[in-house]
Amino acid sequence: MDDLIQEFLMETNESLDELDIDLVNLEQNPNDKELLGKIFRLKHTIKGTCGFLGLPRLEKVAHHAENVLGKFRDGELEVTPDYVTLIFESIDRIKFIVSKLEETGKEPEGEDSDIINKLDAAFEGKDISGKGGSGSPPPKAKVAPVQEKHMAPGDASEEELQAAFDSAPGPDDIEEDDTQKGSIGDKMIKPTLAPGDATEEELQAAFDSAPGPDDAEISADQDDAQKDQGAAGQGKASDKKVANQTLRVNVDVLEGLMTMVSELVLTRNQLLQILRVNAESDFSGPLQRLNHVVSDLQEGVMKTRMQPIGNAWSKLPRIIRDLSIELDKKIDLEMHGQDTELDRQVLEMIKDPLTHMVRNSGDHGIELPADRVAAGKPETGKIVLDAYHEGGHIIIKISDDGKGLSADKIKAKILEKRLATAEELAEMNTQQIQQFIFKAGFSTAEKVTAVSGRGVGMDVVRTNIEKIGGSVELKSTEGKGSTFIIKIPLTLAIVSALIVAASGERFAIPQLSVRELVMISIQGDNRIEYIKGSAVFRLRDRLLPLISLNDVLGLSEEKTIEKIKSLEESKKEEEKKTKKSSKAKDADSKNIKEESLDHSAESQAQSPESALNPEGTLKQESNVDDLESEYKNLYIVVTQVGGYDFGIIVDRVFDTEEIVVKPVAKILKDITLFSGNTILGDGSVIMILDPNGIANATGDMSQLEATQEITAQISHKADTEKKTSLLLFRVGSQAPKAVPLSLVARLEDIVTDNIEYSSGKMMVQYRDTLMPLVAFDSSVEISGSREKPVLVFSDNAQSMGLIVDEIIDIVEERVDVQLSGTQEGVLGSAIIDGKATDVVDVTHYLRIVDGNWFKDFNSMPFEGNGGQNADNTNRKLKVLLVDDSSFFRNMITPLLSVAGYEVTTLETPMEALDLCKKGAIFDVIVSDIEMPEMNGFEFARKVKSDGSWKDTPMVALTSHATPEDIERGIEAGYNKYVAKFDKDSLLSTLSQTLNS
Amino acid sequence: MHDTAINQNELVSKDYLTVTIADQLFGIPVLQVQDVLRGQVVTKVPLAAPEIAGSLNLRGRVVTAIDVRKRLKLEDNAINKNSMSVVVEHGHELYSLIIDSVGDVLSLKDKVFEKNPGTLDPLWMDISIGIYQLEDDLLIIMDVARLLEYVNN
Repeated sequence: MDDLIQEFLMETNESLDELDIDLVNLEQNPNDKELLGKIFRLKHTIKGTCGFLGLPRLEKVAHHAENVLGKFRDGELEVTPDYVTLIFESIDRIKFIVSKLEETGKEPEGEDSDIINKLDAAFEGKDISGKGGSGSPPPKAKVAPVQEKHMAPGDASEEELQAAFDSAPGPDDIEEDDTQKGSIGDKMIKPTLAPGDATEEELQAAFDSAPGPDDAEISADQDDAQKDQGAAGQGKASDKKVANQTLRVNVDVLEGLMTMVSELVLTRNQLLQILRVNAESDFSGPLQRLNHVVSDLQEGVMKTRMQPIGNAWSKLPRIIRDLSIELDKKIDLEMHGQDTELDRQVLEMIKDPLTHMVRNSGDHGIELPADRVAAGKPETGKIVLDAYHEGGHIIIKISDDGKGLSADKIKAKILEKRLATAEELAEMNTQQIQQFIFKAGFSTAEKVTAVSGRGVGMDVVRTNIEKIGGSVELKSTEGKGSTFIIKIPLTLAIVSALIVAASGERFAIPQLSVRELVMISIQGDNRIEYIKGSAVFRLRDRLLPLISLNDVLGLSEEKTIEKIKSLEESKKEEEKKTKKSSKAKDADSKNIKEESLDHSAESQAQSPESALNPEGTLKQESNVDDLESEYKNLYIVVTQVGGYDFGIIVDRVFDTEEIVVKPVAKILKDITLFSGNTILGDGSVIMILDPNGIANATGDMSQLEATQEITAQISHKADTEKKTSLLLFRVGSQAPKAVPLSLVARLEDIVTDNIEYSSGKMMVQYRDTLMPLVAFDSSVEISGSREKPVLVFSDNAQSMGLIVDEIIDIVEERVDVQLSGTQEGVLGSAIIDGKATDVVDVTHYLRIVDGNWFKDFNSMPFEGNGGQNADNTNRKLKVLLVDDSSFFRNMITPLLSVAGYEVTTLETPMEALDLCKKGAIFDVIVSDIEMPEMNGFEFARKVKSDGSWKDTPMVALTSHATPEDIERGIEAGYNKYVAKFDKDSLLSTLSQTLNS
Repeated sequence: MHDTAINQNELVSKDYLTVTIADQLFGIPVLQVQDVLRGQVVTKVPLAAPEIAGSLNLRGRVVTAIDVRKRLKLEDNAINKNSMSVVVEHGHELYSLIIDSVGDVLSLKDKVFEKNPGTLDPLWMDISIGIYQLEDDLLIIMDVARLLEYVNN
């Protein structure tokens, strides 16, 4: 049976029962307007629903009865027992039809003119009496015959029915026959098996000839409807069934149950906590059982609150239908996973956002049929809704195969609305730009239709979803369609939360918004940095804005961030002192010590450690010590709200706990930092922090969010482009020198005694081979027996050592070569660590050692003679290098020229494109990806789209070679993707690309 | 449901729980009182109004504690382990009113009931329904709803 009819039946049966009671009451209090109104409404509802479901017979009866009730209500007809009887009669008729409906799924045949006539008579009779002006007598006079009429058919029907029943051989008869035959069958089976066939046939014959219950029913049906009423008794059984399967329970009762279960869970937690302390307790067994039962109970009660998500979708087909008619589009709506269940509270909250998003997909996403055909898509657009469970969450996907989000349109809109500047936009990738549709006051529709653009934007959708601890993700490809992925928790009542403490007070942070935990210590390398007083933290290439829970909540007068800052400053000075002494120590020690520098992170971690290890030197003033112990270990709870990440500094982090969210008292409602409170296992009350509120409290959220992506992007860029790990060393008394750490394979200490000479060249026995050595310059003293630091550069099997005087430090610095070098072996000068530093051209030394370094090296990486043409003509292959970072240009150019290429370097893709127009020709283009104004992807697309460079191979050079990046790059037109520091693969890639 | 029952009863029943705040006797309609507590662990709620002392756990329900002294702009009296509080229900939420001490329950007759004197401090006027004249004292009947609603604003 249709779900709708099922539901209708359930509802109608309920309201009919109510009607019975109400009508009786009405009879006793004929002037109770409220009651009358209620009865009228009930009838009206039945009528309305019947009309909707296409049940004409029911609708007719209900309609005429409603007319009479309307008269009652308006006071035009007096409520008399006769009238009430008439109404009862109509209700009985409705009940009868309903019961039939329940049985067969459709209205029984027949008609109800008898009762309708009576109702009309009552209705019109009133009219007459109303005109006559005199009150009750006329209607009463009218009613009497009506009642008579009514009684008569009723009686007749009963009699007739009885007769019909009696005449028809009922089921009893059949049963009798059946048992007879059965016993015969039994008898026959005993002697032999063969006659069994005969029995079956006989039985069949007996069945066929006997009028079964079906026939009886049909014959009754064929008579007028009144007779059916008797047969309706048969329907009772299934009637009961429907009523028994489901039970309508007041939501308040369920909520009450939920609350109590929540309490039980809390108490259980308390008990378990006690148990944890006294593990050997006698209670442990029963408590474990209790634990399980409570868990099951919790699950069971949660289930009562669960509703299929289809309930929230039921309106959507209609909306899409109306939408397609209104907008002249053809749209199919597909829904999967309607049965996926979630908490009704959550369901209520996502209903509107979902509707809005689906409407958006239809309105903005799906194109007009003509446009779709033009774009090579089927005329009918498709919107697919999908819901499924995934790890304690519900995922809802809304995808359409429409036109997708247009980055250009969004950009224009962003500029128009001044949500960001053109410069900022240039820094963003398409996805970041698409994220702007979630910003307040943004709507991509060019024209505001009646359908959308009613001031409710995606920002509201996002806010609503985030309010319940969910998130929205957007994936869109222009021309192909968009997909929104909504992730929401199953329930709001019990959540997993991280318990943290600040200034001695405990708080809960919903686990859902916690991304990770970072421990920082003042001494360690991962420290907090400041930009004009605001604290930030570098978390894997991203700048994480920091706030302190203590400061945000005003827990103590003293600002944590300021405290840490001042502490750090004093620490820094201390560090400087100790570093000096430790360096001195290091210089004294005499052993050949291998220090692998392959991993810059490792070496970085080592340096501060070694700086602080020297015993005794750390004893400082006691107040610093106090502060230090207090702030030795701080935790950053990396929290995500929407696309916005930020860090909350807390003093301590405890366990995660399943907590029951209790709403905060009204008095505290206006404190947006809390989303509720809860009682912990130990019985104490703690506040639950609302990450949204905290994000808001840290400043203008929307602005933060808008700039977040940009700053992240910029900082990211700054990190990749400008921050380079450099090894600083000193030769003689000159300015410090720097080489990129990535070029250095190892650092060795070599005792000068061990240096040997062969044909005038220095070398040392190193790992069973001879390693050529070069002094940085003539000022390096190599005589006597002393230990000298050596930088080992290695390329495959070949290594060389560069002898210097002193290793100073490893720094991570943005390198901006300001003066190009005049001296051989120096690329130029830059300010590093506050000092003018020479950036060393490593290739220069490589050439000194072996002119053929990079060249005649058969094994790798420069097969095909590097820059030599494959056909061995001596023309040098031309490489165009586009990179915005002068450091890398300076780094790579020599590398490439040494490998035999003719290199042209340019700072921006625009210059490159100009050059292309001018007709310059290159054999290969090497381009950075992360560049301002035009990124490498765009550059590649432009190059590949047309022009003379269309067929020129392109190699992307980037510090971020994730599989997605590579895929993107290849899509944009790059032939190869090379990591920036990997000079080997750059060179091999180049030669491969050129030879293929 | 509960509220109306209280209101109706307020008219007929004249039983009041007397409490003392800064030597002043106050009466709280007895039917509004859920509990009398002593020495509860109160969790502070940061950023809340000063008169909100915090939250506490009363048999699994979260109760918001109100420092009535602060609410009435009286001299501070440090809340300690022995602080007494009266738990009342208001708008389906429980509030614990921290007061100095709890006295008897008095059954009082209407004839000794007076409206607020016009000269009463406006703040007090706001939370007082009227005044009973006791033999040797005056009893201010506390309008709990007003007392709590003010905080809401």
